Amino acid sequence: MNDAQKYWQANIRLVIGCLVVWFAVSFGAGILFVHQLNAITILGGYPLGFWFAQQGSIYTFVVLIFFYAWRMNQLDRKFNVDEV
Amino acid sequence: MTTLQMWTYAVVGGTFALYIFIAIKARASTTGEFYVAGKGVHPVLNGMATGADWMSAASFISMAGLIAFSGYDASVYLMGWTGGYCLLAMLLAPYLRKYGKFTVPEFIGDRFYSQTARVVAVICLITASLTYVIGQMKGIGVAFSRFLEIPFQYGLFLGMGIVFIYAVLGGMKGVTYTQIAQYCVLIFAYTVPAIFISLTLTGTPIPQLGLGSAMADGSGVFLLDKLDKTLVDLGFSAYTTQKGSTLDMFLLTMSLMIGTAGLPHVITRFFTVPKVRDARSSAGWALVFIAILYTTAPAVGAMARLNLIDTIQADSIAPDTSQNLRIDALPTWFTNWEKTGLLKYEDKNGDGRIQYVGDPAKNEMVKVDRDIMVLANPEIANLPNWVIALVAAGGIAAALSTAAGLLLAISSAISHDIVKGIIAKDIDDKTELMAGRIAMAGAIVVAGYLGLHPPGFAAQVVALAFGLAASSIFPALMMGIFVKRMNNSGAVCGMLAGLGTTLVYIFWFKGWFFVPGTAMAPDNAANWFMGISPGSFGAVGALINFAVALAVSSVTKAPPEHIQHLVEDIRVPMGSGSAVDH
Repeated sequence: MNDAQKYWQANIRLVIGCLVVWFAVSFGAGILFVHQLNAITILGGYPLGFWFAQQGSIYTFVVLIFFYAWRMNQLDRKFNVDEV
Repeated sequence: MTTLQMWTYAVVGGTFALYIFIAIKARASTTGEFYVAGKGVHPVLNGMATGADWMSAASFISMAGLIAFSGYDASVYLMGWTGGYCLLAMLLAPYLRKYGKFTVPEFIGDRFYSQTARVVAVICLITASLTYVIGQMKGIGVAFSRFLEIPFQYGLFLGMGIVFIYAVLGGMKGVTYTQIAQYCVLIFAYTVPAIFISLTLTGTPIPQLGLGSAMADGSGVFLLDKLDKTLVDLGFSAYTTQKGSTLDMFLLTMSLMIGTAGLPHVITRFFTVPKVRDARSSAGWALVFIAILYTTAPAVGAMARLNLIDTIQADSIAPDTSQNLRIDALPTWFTNWEKTGLLKYEDKNGDGRIQYVGDPAKNEMVKVDRDIMVLANPEIANLPNWVIALVAAGGIAAALSTAAGLLLAISSAISHDIVKGIIAKDIDDKTELMAGRIAMAGAIVVAGYLGLHPPGFAAQVVALAFGLAASSIFPALMMGIFVKRMNNSGAVCGMLAGLGTTLVYIFWFKGWFFVPGTAMAPDNAANWFMGISPGSFGAVGALINFAVALAVSSVTKAPPEHIQHLVEDIRVPMGSGSAVDH
């Protein structure tokens, strides 16, 4: 496998990893398992599932994008494909 | 003129002066500046501009009210309209920025070496953007008529005039810098009342924490618990529990996410940054700026609902109504907003007081428009006049900034994809720039006309815009980047299949081309296919698009060599040729 293929594979792995988290916090915690999670309360009076649906998922999205950007910049440098 | 009106004129007038000042400073002199602001916008500033571009009159005025009245179920909008930025950042923006052209249809046309694909993309873009812009135009007119008490159409003309000045002169460059200013106005206007209300109700100045805090009345009861209990006692459904079907919520969230990532006016914003890595981080900054409003909105919704109930239904639990609001002693805000038709009461039992309860037979608040939750919230909470004036300026800024972004996407598609791309391929830069300005002026006039004479289906169009973007544009772009083998027949068949099924599904329940009376089945859950509402169908359309495109491309000829090289090239950031000229 050449460098370009390795770079692309590393990129795909990173994206899939990020999208698993993206799916888990919104569709998972916010919709599919919201009922079960609401039994737990956090930050005082937030039912956890409700918190994920209206607050937590959005915070996670922000962190995810910056994490992705930071890791991609590292990959760009490692494989020598970054912009000058 | 009242003090409130003077404040409103001063604040709104001040923001308008600022926008015009920016318009004069940021004129576009090349097509590069007109379409993509010369690719020289700082990623943080682009994030801010994207925030204003994205957050429309609906986000600013209607969303908190939507949350206030549907509680947990409205989470689909919060997650759907933010989660799309993850898809945008990881699947589209950096690659499209690397490609380095001016419009979304241009990429689709080049990548699939097909004018048909480009034209389909242009049609989707114009339909989605035009339907979306009608709502903004209405928002501008409504904000003017309610706060400044000038007729709806004058407010609309004034708004059109302002957009005309900075969008026709400055193109993307002018739009970008005014959007940055408009973001600052709208976020300030949104958060200030929210902070005041959170302080009053919970003693916490941060609304995001206030929503989870205990009430400040010393009872130690948490705000959400109190809201749930009050609503249930009054016969409404509880705030934090689910009411809709899980499948439909899932698909609606997915459709809104995919649709967000596929809306051309948002994608185009990422063509304006200098580098590929800027496109990645800029999406993060955009979401930071959007999240400030989107995480505040649930707090505003819940607190406004509680405030409204407490004001009207003073002793919320007892069957004795002697503490309820008396109709001969209504507060000023109540009578003011009653005049606009957003609030309406009817003393059904003739006791001279208003009952606000869940049972439709006994409920005397016969109309509580959801927009009231943001528009009247500062008055309900007795906030100072300058805060109320800010809300007017913020609503207008949200509507103007989104309208300008949409109009720019439309005019670029016309001048760059239709005129330069198909009709007159050999026109020079100056002529194309002029075509762009004329297309922009034309688009403003058409949008203004539609704002004045909104087609009856104006309320349905959000489903249409997101359905189109999700089922046609997003899959085509994504496969263009991630599936090297994807060829022209696959992409075109996929787009048409996704688009076709989504349109038919929406028209089936809403009427063909939204003509009243032509719906094939009543628009309710009993008739929907597997309980999927028309607004949620975009995700299914996208799935059909992917499946058809992959199937067709696997049995047809692989794309030519130069296209495969193009795909390899956009996958690496190196050599993006950053142009920075301002």
